[in-house]
Amino acid sequence: MHGASVELIAVSKRYGAALAVDAVGLQVPAGSYCCLLGPSGCGKTTTLRMIAGHETASDGHIRIGPREVGHLPPAARGTAMMFQSYALFPHLDCLDNVAFGPRMRGVDKATRQRRAREMLALVRMESYAHRLPAQLSGGQQQRVALGRALVTEPSVLLLDEPLSALDPFLRIQVRAELKRLQKELGITFIHVTHSQEEAMALSDLVVVMNGGRIEQAAPPREVFSRPATAFVARFIGGHNVIALPQGCRLVAVRVDRMRLSPAGAEDAAPGPSLTARVDTVEYQGSFVQLRLQALDPAVSATELFAVMPDDAFAARPFAVGEPVTARWGEGDAHALRDVQPPAVAPALEELSP
Amino acid sequence: MDGTRALQMGRIDDARVAAAPGRVAPRRSRGGAYWQAAPFALLFLLFFILPLCLTVAVSFWHYDEYSLTPAFTLENYQEVFDGCIAKLPALCVTFATYLSTLRFALLAWVATLVLGFGIAYFLAFHVRSVPVQMGLFLLCTVPFWTSNIIRMVAWVPLLGRNGLVNQGLQAVGLTDAPLDWLLYSEFSVVLAFVHLYTLFMMVPIFNSMARIDRSLIEAARDAGASGWQTLWNVVIPLCKPGIVIGSIFVLTIVMGDFVTVGIMGGQQIASIGKVIQVQMNYLQFPIAAANAVVLLGIVLLMIWALTRLVDIRREL
Repeated sequence: MHGASVELIAVSKRYGAALAVDAVGLQVPAGSYCCLLGPSGCGKTTTLRMIAGHETASDGHIRIGPREVGHLPPAARGTAMMFQSYALFPHLDCLDNVAFGPRMRGVDKATRQRRAREMLALVRMESYAHRLPAQLSGGQQQRVALGRALVTEPSVLLLDEPLSALDPFLRIQVRAELKRLQKELGITFIHVTHSQEEAMALSDLVVVMNGGRIEQAAPPREVFSRPATAFVARFIGGHNVIALPQGCRLVAVRVDRMRLSPAGAEDAAPGPSLTARVDTVEYQGSFVQLRLQALDPAVSATELFAVMPDDAFAARPFAVGEPVTARWGEGDAHALRDVQPPAVAPALEELSP
Repeated sequence: MDGTRALQMGRIDDARVAAAPGRVAPRRSRGGAYWQAAPFALLFLLFFILPLCLTVAVSFWHYDEYSLTPAFTLENYQEVFDGCIAKLPALCVTFATYLSTLRFALLAWVATLVLGFGIAYFLAFHVRSVPVQMGLFLLCTVPFWTSNIIRMVAWVPLLGRNGLVNQGLQAVGLTDAPLDWLLYSEFSVVLAFVHLYTLFMMVPIFNSMARIDRSLIEAARDAGASGWQTLWNVVIPLCKPGIVIGSIFVLTIVMGDFVTVGIMGGQQIASIGKVIQVQMNYLQFPIAAANAVVLLGIVLLMIWALTRLVDIRREL
């Protein structure tokens, strides 16, 4: 099996008047693990289904490797899809489910059964070959679905929220398994998810989508350390999106880069700062998370958080209601693409007097 | 106003609390279930089990031109199969009648299966909007707004010697003389069966199809299956329970039919139901009962064979 690159050029999908995917451009290098990340309804699944050939793009071009595949049926694209519900054939046992693709392609019985057994071994399900899907747990069904997708030797594997139906413990296990398989097989994985944690853990390339558009496509570290837009900063988490009165642009500052000192202490290092009141203090084990309320009304920020190592907090605790100055280094403030201040989401505290 | 509502709600809550222990206690709820099933069980006993037992009993009675006498004799069954073994390979009347009835059943079954499956497939997979789906479904039930007999008789002006079809064919110049086989023929009998019973085949198949997860069809396509391969390897296997239930409906109805064969066959075609009806008319109840018991046995065998093929309990 060899990975192939996937390229989208101004791909759009319209359902009547509704625009589900809006002129998306994306390049996924061959053999990489790419996550399409975004909230529900952002167009990530539609994009995946267009790559798979289960939806036709209204506009634009889709290339897999050097080939334009927009007009090809799914099986001719060299892709295989793993469905969110696994979509195992309920009337076929695991072996026949995995052998289904080769059987449809006219591979003789001995060969297809041998290959199906190899695939079941690859996903560690060989001892369940003659069970029906209904006799398997969710995690086992998923392994079989993975084997069925891989048996046709695709160059691109498309996964539609593969982990969402699993319990949290299993999810982490299967996540590691997916990464191992992708490394071993060297094929391109495109994985749709709404969990930023999943995207961070797995991908070489994170594609953050919102409202049918790509907000940012970059390696996970870059997405985290330099989010392109306020949406990305907030969706990825761990960032404060701040509109300072002196600049016209929004900036993102990582919550762990916020340094707190008691208000009025003049000895602190120079740099941008804001004054705030401590709203809540939450002990989280290795760190303490403080929720802040900006005192300067000109500073618009929906939610402000600061994170301190627990020993630093123990050395200088802050009490709820205490006024503080939050500072960050010039280099820690990362300018965002959008100009408009973020929409203010009413926090719970604002509702009560 | 608010006070009353509060009071009512209070009462409802009390009722819930009072009902809860009954729901929890398994003994009482099981007793309740028996009581709930009792009316239908009684109906079943009175109008199905009892007549059936009487029929079986009467089939062993003795009869002659003038009287019926309760007895336990096998002579009725001997009469049903009189000379059937001796005459072989030539067919006795009973065997020939069964063969003809089975042939009708088979023809009607194949035609209703192909049509019913096709219509169900169209409704389930090609009609995207649910209101349109429901509308078309209701349209299929329109013929059932009137009685069986009317629906059959309605074919006469269409298919008769001077009927619309013959006039149309002659007007277009496809035939010179009226076609005789259109009415009062095996063709018209099968046509009426198909007209009357396709819905009984279609509804269970549609029901099976509606339960098929659409992502299975996509998964088949993703694995490289063509439309026909998907139909044969995914849709049909998953529709088997519906097909079997529909087949049981159609086969049992057609096997016992005498009205359709009578009206559409111009009283010229034999069927086992017709034989029983004629014997009843001559008040030869014991032999009619014996025939009915044999027919029942054969139909039950067919149902048993069909249910061996597919576990229909999964569908019910």
